[in-house]
Amino acid sequence: MHPAPSVIIFTVLSGIGFGLLGFLGLGFPSVTGWVAFAFFAIAYLLAVGGLLASTLHLGNPQRALRAFTQWRTSWLSREGWFAVAALLIMAVYGGGLVFFETSIIALGWIGAALCVATIYATSMIYGQLKTVPRWNHWTTSLLFLGYSLTGGALLSGTTTIATYLLAALGIVQFVYWTLGDKRFVDRGHTQGTATGLGGLGDVRMLEPPHTGTNYLLKEMVYRIGRKHAQKLRVIGILMMSVVPFALLVTLDAGHLIGAVVVLLHLAGAFVTRWLFFAEAEHVVGLYYGK
Amino acid sequence: MKHTQPQLDTSPEVSDEIRKTTCYMCACRCGINVHMKSGKVSYIEGNRDHPVNKGVLCAKGSAGIMQINAPSRLKAPLKRVGPRGSGAFEEISWDEALEMATSRMSHLRETAPEKLAFFTGRDQSQSLTSFFAQGFGTPNYAAHGGFCSVNMAAAGIYTMGGAFWEFGQPDWDRTKLFMIFGVAEDHDSNPIKMGLGKLKERGAKIIGVNPIRSGYNAIADEWVGITPGTDGLFILALIHCLIKAGKVDLEYLNRYTNSPVLVNCDETHPEHGLFLRDDDGKMQVLDRTSGKPVPFDGKGVKPDMAGTYRNAGVTYRPVFQLLAEKYLGEENSPEAVADRCGISAERIRHIASELAFTAFEEEITIDQPWTDFRGEKHDKMIGRPVSFHAMRGISAHSNGFQTCRALHMLQILLGSVEVPGGFRFKPPYPKPPEAHPKPHCKVTPGAALDGPHLGYPMGPEHLALREDGSAARIDKAFTWENPMSAHGMMHMVISNAHAGDPYKIDTLFLYMANMAWNSSMNTKAVMEMLTDKDENGEYVIPNIIYSDAYSSEMVAYADLVLPDTTYLERHDCISLLDRPISEAEAMSDSIRWPVIEPDRDVRGFQSVVIDLGARLGLPGFVDDNGDALYKDYADYMVNHQRRPGVGPLAGFRGKDGQGKGRGEVNPGQLDAYIENGGFWVDHIPTEAQFFKPWNAAYQDWAVERGIYDSIQPYVFNLYSEPMQKFRLAAEGRGKIQPPDHLREQVKATMDPLPIWYPPFEGTRVNEAEYPYHALTQRPMAMYHSWGTQNAWLRQIHGRNPLYVSAEIWKEQGFKEGDWAKVSSAHGEITVPVLLMEALNGKTVWTWNAIGKRKGAWALDEKAPEANEGFLLNHLIHELLPPKGDGLRWSNSDPVTGQAAWFDLRVNVTRTDAITASEPSFGTIKSPIGQGPNEIKVGAK
Amino acid sequence: MTSLPTETAKKLGLVIDLDTCVGCHACVVACKGWNTQGYGAPLSDQDPYGESPSGTFLNRVHSFEVKPAEAPAQLVHFPKSCLHCDDAPCVTVCPTGASYKRAEDGIVLVNEDACIGCGLCAWACPYGAREMDQAEGVMKKCTLCVDRIYNENLPEVDREPACVRTCPSGARHFGDFADETSNVSKLVAERGGFDLMPELGTKPVNKYLPPRPKDQAVEEFDILAPLLEPVATDAGGFLGWLDKALERI
Ligand SMILES: Nc1nc2c(c(=O)[nH]1)N[C@H]1C(S)=C(S)[C@@H](COP(=O)(O)OP(=O)(O)OC[C@H]3O[C@@H](n4cnc5c(=O)[nH]c(N)nc54)[C@H](O)[C@@H]3O)O[C@H]1N2
Ligand SMILES: Nc1nc2c(c(=O)[nH]1)N[C@H]1C(S)=C(S)[C@@H](COP(=O)(O)OP(=O)(O)OC[C@H]3O[C@@H](n4cnc5c(=O)[nH]c(N)nc54)[C@H](O)[C@@H]3O)O[C@H]1N2
Ligand code: SF4
Ligand code: SF4
Ligand code: SF4
Ligand code: SF4
Ligand code: SF4
Ligand SMILES: [Mo]
Repeated sequence: MHPAPSVIIFTVLSGIGFGLLGFLGLGFPSVTGWVAFAFFAIAYLLAVGGLLASTLHLGNPQRALRAFTQWRTSWLSREGWFAVAALLIMAVYGGGLVFFETSIIALGWIGAALCVATIYATSMIYGQLKTVPRWNHWTTSLLFLGYSLTGGALLSGTTTIATYLLAALGIVQFVYWTLGDKRFVDRGHTQGTATGLGGLGDVRMLEPPHTGTNYLLKEMVYRIGRKHAQKLRVIGILMMSVVPFALLVTLDAGHLIGAVVVLLHLAGAFVTRWLFFAEAEHVVGLYYGK
Repeated sequence: MKHTQPQLDTSPEVSDEIRKTTCYMCACRCGINVHMKSGKVSYIEGNRDHPVNKGVLCAKGSAGIMQINAPSRLKAPLKRVGPRGSGAFEEISWDEALEMATSRMSHLRETAPEKLAFFTGRDQSQSLTSFFAQGFGTPNYAAHGGFCSVNMAAAGIYTMGGAFWEFGQPDWDRTKLFMIFGVAEDHDSNPIKMGLGKLKERGAKIIGVNPIRSGYNAIADEWVGITPGTDGLFILALIHCLIKAGKVDLEYLNRYTNSPVLVNCDETHPEHGLFLRDDDGKMQVLDRTSGKPVPFDGKGVKPDMAGTYRNAGVTYRPVFQLLAEKYLGEENSPEAVADRCGISAERIRHIASELAFTAFEEEITIDQPWTDFRGEKHDKMIGRPVSFHAMRGISAHSNGFQTCRALHMLQILLGSVEVPGGFRFKPPYPKPPEAHPKPHCKVTPGAALDGPHLGYPMGPEHLALREDGSAARIDKAFTWENPMSAHGMMHMVISNAHAGDPYKIDTLFLYMANMAWNSSMNTKAVMEMLTDKDENGEYVIPNIIYSDAYSSEMVAYADLVLPDTTYLERHDCISLLDRPISEAEAMSDSIRWPVIEPDRDVRGFQSVVIDLGARLGLPGFVDDNGDALYKDYADYMVNHQRRPGVGPLAGFRGKDGQGKGRGEVNPGQLDAYIENGGFWVDHIPTEAQFFKPWNAAYQDWAVERGIYDSIQPYVFNLYSEPMQKFRLAAEGRGKIQPPDHLREQVKATMDPLPIWYPPFEGTRVNEAEYPYHALTQRPMAMYHSWGTQNAWLRQIHGRNPLYVSAEIWKEQGFKEGDWAKVSSAHGEITVPVLLMEALNGKTVWTWNAIGKRKGAWALDEKAPEANEGFLLNHLIHELLPPKGDGLRWSNSDPVTGQAAWFDLRVNVTRTDAITASEPSFGTIKSPIGQGPNEIKVGAK
Repeated sequence: MTSLPTETAKKLGLVIDLDTCVGCHACVVACKGWNTQGYGAPLSDQDPYGESPSGTFLNRVHSFEVKPAEAPAQLVHFPKSCLHCDDAPCVTVCPTGASYKRAEDGIVLVNEDACIGCGLCAWACPYGAREMDQAEGVMKKCTLCVDRIYNENLPEVDREPACVRTCPSGARHFGDFADETSNVSKLVAERGGFDLMPELGTKPVNKYLPPRPKDQAVEEFDILAPLLEPVATDAGGFLGWLDKALERI
């Protein structure tokens, strides 16, 4: 799949944003007043900024409100509802903390649950797609939740949890990759099934339907080289998990280290999220010999 | 949950108006419905009533809207201001342009008319352009047939009075076994596809003979992946099997062919190999009852093909005996040819047996009585449901003429020509060779030529030679090098004109042929010849006038460009006098008319020719006072008469508009065509629909319709007497003889019975050095170079890889994404390669004419066509590799001069990754700028 | 709208005969021509005369090579447009309801006025049947020529999809799969029509007819071989045979 910057920015930032909101909802860190304001501002900037970024890849963003209509069937629609609900509830909850120095705990818990639901819904936009076998698996949701919670934990300064989450996320990411690498083949999609001609013999694309490019090729038949991907995986996992984890375990968590860890993790997350898209093979590629 | 959905208007208004005309995205000439919205073309679809396409339309036809809007359209006459080939032009007025053209041309006409060479491409107005050239008085006129497929056409005419496509078609509704040789697309694009569809629907069998299994061959039930250039061998082996098993239609051969005609078999006789004729010149056959020679067409004659006749010491034997003897020889057995053809002997036998089975065991009959030209009545029509089609795959070889003859011979031996289920002619064919004109070349300054330029020579006396035996024509057509070059040899014009051989010319006037690019062999050298200067600094070819509708590569090489209209902006005449659109069961012609008006300062070329003819005062273009006879082409289409009552259009003639074929001029004729959908059809009476050359009812009908002036039944020429006449001359008989260096070639190749010899290039190069065959194919969705300017079509074919067989792929160690150097005895190109398994092991190929010159066609110079796209033409020379005799022989069929595109031998080797094809040439300055960055056709 | 109708009264769709398609791309261009001036926004083209031309098409013709174990390789031309799936994932993923399947005839359409151009439906479609128009930012797909097949401004014979009407070899058939007696149902039954990527459970309405068996000639050889027995068996040789044969006619 085409690793569109808008979608990468959206999923990474809003994921972390909702993660942070979730932690705030649960009372980590337990802050009020201007400090709370600062935390909430960061969380909202990330969550809303991410959501706004996602509209950049829409052909007709002016109609974006219509996306709320199909919550019964569409994960994208559900994501919208959950996101709005989470943002509203957390606004009330945050308002309490900032302006009234009160924590409406129940509201915080509900908000946190909605944040998780939002992230789950986001993950299901990808996870539901049978056409992209690498995504079409529960590990996709785990991965999204993992990134979101880890980011949230880091930003909220919940260092111990963050340390565990960093380690866990590294493992989840590794498992996601390992399982994902085989899934396309395991599902049995081939040029033979795509064309229905497999029974006759080996099927191979001879000529593409057009020598010019098109939307499908740009959007869904994006391919990256194995070596390149391998290199990026190593860089990504080092940056987003291994190194931050090592830093947190070996060094005393100060603001500086905290900032380095957050930035490293974020950068790593962008790399792995880029890979999340770039490595995902859509079955339509079979019609283009890919 | 309740399902809701929007309300849709499923009956929107389709268009304001439909205008029916004829497609010209290629030469197939389908009928189209042009939908108009607010005065603009909105959609083009096939015309269901049209005899050619019956409603369907190909990709090109449907993309016509992008052709009429193409940014590459020329806008006004252009005068060259920079050096030739640069593309620097200045727009001028039509008055100035026509003045420039006529001042020079009228001087030539008065002094040396042959110094004007007028050659046209795949236009459909040859009856007008040749009329102009004839009136001008130059012998140097032809259309593109010589580089296209004259072998097919000429072999068909000489053998049976017509060949495929325009001349005839398989009986798609009845045939049970269809063999298609060397066809990728052909001109009969839609009808062939419709025909194949019918065969599929009926479950009839299709055998594709082609080194490449794409397109039509991909859907064939059986694929014969023959080695290029060996079809003749394969066909003669089939004939060997059939004759040996007696599976030939003796009755048919006896009645309708020259099989029983007696041939002089005395090698010492001056008429050796010629027919025994009576005092009236009638061919003689041996009468089985009397044992005496009698005229072949006598009533009730029962010819004896088994006997021999001796008279005055000379032995005469029927053609069939010579033929049987020749092909029964073991050298024609499947075993003898299998390796060279790349087809197993078993397979060849099997195909022969299938032909025999279908022709003779699956015979069909139509209960339709008919009477033959001998007056004999037949109570039904017997059909042999085997049919063939073939095109350039067999004709674009130096042995192509004989191969095409062999194929026709096979059809005829099976008795499957002009019978139900077989191959059928389309009016005005059948038409035997002797009924065609002969070539004329007598030049008289200030006067017309002594007759039509092109035709079918029946012997050495018809060659176009000057007193001293040198070529009378600039293309050297109808000389001993290519005696039967019925369509001229356009591919030799530029190189001969450049060499001043046989003489120098002044003005090269070209129309609709991209000679500086894809229609020339040796493209690079052609560009050099067009720009070459002599010692005085003058261009060697002094003056070039060119008419094109678009900014093609050739435009840059003209001194004066006459911009044509697009096909929806002009009148055209698809005439029975030229290249008609008839069907086997109907005669038919059609028109184009301006369904839109040009928005540029362009003029229909035919109208320009008529204007030029009038300005030059040519006969047929001016009246006795020297005033123009015709206002424009539309006027000419209606009012011109070739013979009394016979004009460009056959339909709606006469005052009442009821005249068919013949009739007075009808001023309302064009309106009647438009009213009728742009075409006219007249069905052949049922009794006359088969056996046309011999069917009295057909012959009478044809005379009535003005196709012939008198009935002309004839028999098929399995044995070609004209060829024997040329051969006799080469053997030293008669007044007109070939020069010594050509005697052997004429003797060897002008065999009156079909033969096979290896394609020339293969025999001149070292097989080990150039082990592979390289071919091109037409893509169905592109028409030569002119499809590329079409924004929709170029998305489908914007690049062309070299397809490489699995065998070669392995031999050369290719990997996906590789590039290769392809070299021939003549040159080298660098191109991207792709693996194709369904391909003859020794063959590589690419799509034709996708590669473009940078700057042409209003495309960005980074266009893939101009960077990755390539032409094979750089590897093909118009002359063969030298063979050490000091002469450069032309890379053509020695009989007809057909360009031997597919004889090409190459080597292919891997080369380190590069990103652009080689050779590449400098960018031409576009005289019309470039296209927009985005288009939204049909935006409301 | 986004939910699928539980059942559609008709199941309109196409049968594509891979044994007959010659790969001419006629259907591709006819489709473009009709639809760019018909349903919804025009089908735009970007960089049409430049380095990397691209554009919106609703129907494309691919080519595949098939290599049987024992026979020569075959080439199969493979046209592909929306298959109007019964279980269309492109519909259920749509967040706006722009993508829907018609209850009356099963045609899957995009209501362009509601489409935000998120591209999700194209991601959900296994067949590459949806292309986002780059100029309009709305999703485009085969409409089964819904503005032709019921169009009372067209003559009855022309109320069929543009691609079907134009296909020169007659490889495309249009009809109602819900009706067992329809031309398309019969073709599917007779010729073994099949689904593309059935493993994805989309239940396509459009069906493909497989290429008929090819290159099987030599096996039949025994039956036909006697036809090629030489005639010149006796001393008279070929001429003797000829003489006798001529006597018979
Ligand atoms: N390698 C290789 N080369 C080949 C062949 C091959 O098989 N292989 N095939 C050969 C054959 S058979 C042929 S016929 C030739 C064809 O080659 P060409 O005859 O050169 O054909 P086109 O490329 O179509 O170019 C014809 C010219 O006509 C112009 N044109 C188009 N429409 C109009 C119009 O309405 N009016 C005017 N005045 N001009 C118009 C186009 O712009 C173009 O410049 O190519 C030959 N070249
Ligand atoms: N779409 C489209 N249609 C066209 C044209 C076009 O440019 N585009 N051009 C028109 C013109 S000008 C012409 S002349 C016709 C030509 O129509 P075709 O005769 O179909 O011409 P080519 O595409 O040159 O195809 C030649 C075929 O012969 C095969 N072949 C080559 N050598 C051999 C051989 O030795 N033996 C056998 N058996 N096969 C061989 C090639 O593989 C190829 O399939 O098409 C016309 N129609
Ligand atoms: S075959 Fe195609 S391009 Fe040629 S005339 Fe017919 S519709 Fe037009
Ligand atoms: S128009 Fe018909 S034959 Fe041509 S590509 Fe389309 S389906 Fe195949
Ligand atoms: S083919 Fe694709 S776009 Fe069409 S209905 Fe099926 S899933 Fe949807
Ligand atoms: S692109 Fe349009 S039709 Fe497709 S899912 Fe998004 S809103 Fe729906
Ligand atoms: S049915 Fe209509 S929209 Fe669909 S592919 Fe055919 S022409 Fe295009
Ligand atoms: Mo041609």
